[in-house]
Amino acid sequence: MAALDILYFAWVREAIGRDGERIDAVDPAVTVADLVGALAGRGGGYAEALGDIERLRAALDQHFVAFDAVIGSARELAIFPPVTGG
Amino acid sequence: MTIHSRVGPEDFDPAEELAALERLGGGAVASFTGLVRGGDGLTTLRLDHYPAMTEAQVTRIAAEAASRWPLLGIRIVHRIGTLEPGDRIVFVGTASAHRRVALESCAFLIDWMKSHAPFWKKESFADGRERWVEAKAEDVVKADAWAAFHN
Repeated sequence: MAALDILYFAWVREAIGRDGERIDAVDPAVTVADLVGALAGRGGGYAEALGDIERLRAALDQHFVAFDAVIGSARELAIFPPVTGG
Repeated sequence: MTIHSRVGPEDFDPAEELAALERLGGGAVASFTGLVRGGDGLTTLRLDHYPAMTEAQVTRIAAEAASRWPLLGIRIVHRIGTLEPGDRIVFVGTASAHRRVALESCAFLIDWMKSHAPFWKKESFADGRERWVEAKAEDVVKADAWAAFHN
């Protein structure tokens, strides 16, 4: 069990109302989808932002990952909409 | 082979970027400059990014281009913060011995910057509306098409 920093960007950040947070004890075997689902279960802005993972993308330690990736030894999970730069 | 990338709020001079690529001694330089599109009452465009990831990801995208084409140099500039219609957002430039390599790698780089770099655009309009730009499915298709592209 290790601490995981979670970061939110764009409308995910706005809906949740914060840039990120730290979760102190995360099971390394948990997947990104499991974790996002648990956060969505808090309701309110979390449910609004995280209720539909089809609308989201994720990165573990600054690398894009699929939602079935396990947290493993990662220290940072970012959750955000599909990117729109360029 | 040199890769130069910069992400920040400052404007850039495309002529300086091009001159740096011309100094690499190849026969061909290609570039793309993206600007804030006006119209529909757009007043400002805000660009957010994921600071810890952006530089690393832009470098990975450039390295991918360098592995696919025989390039002499790549220069990428991407702005963040609040911009207005007509402002420059992004520059991608490549230098190579021949035009086809320079042009194709430049197109690849801007397609991948659009679909693989952690930036998000938010539009503000004169009537007070604001909205996050949605990713276009066609941009993902364009980026994916390069996976099947044989040089």
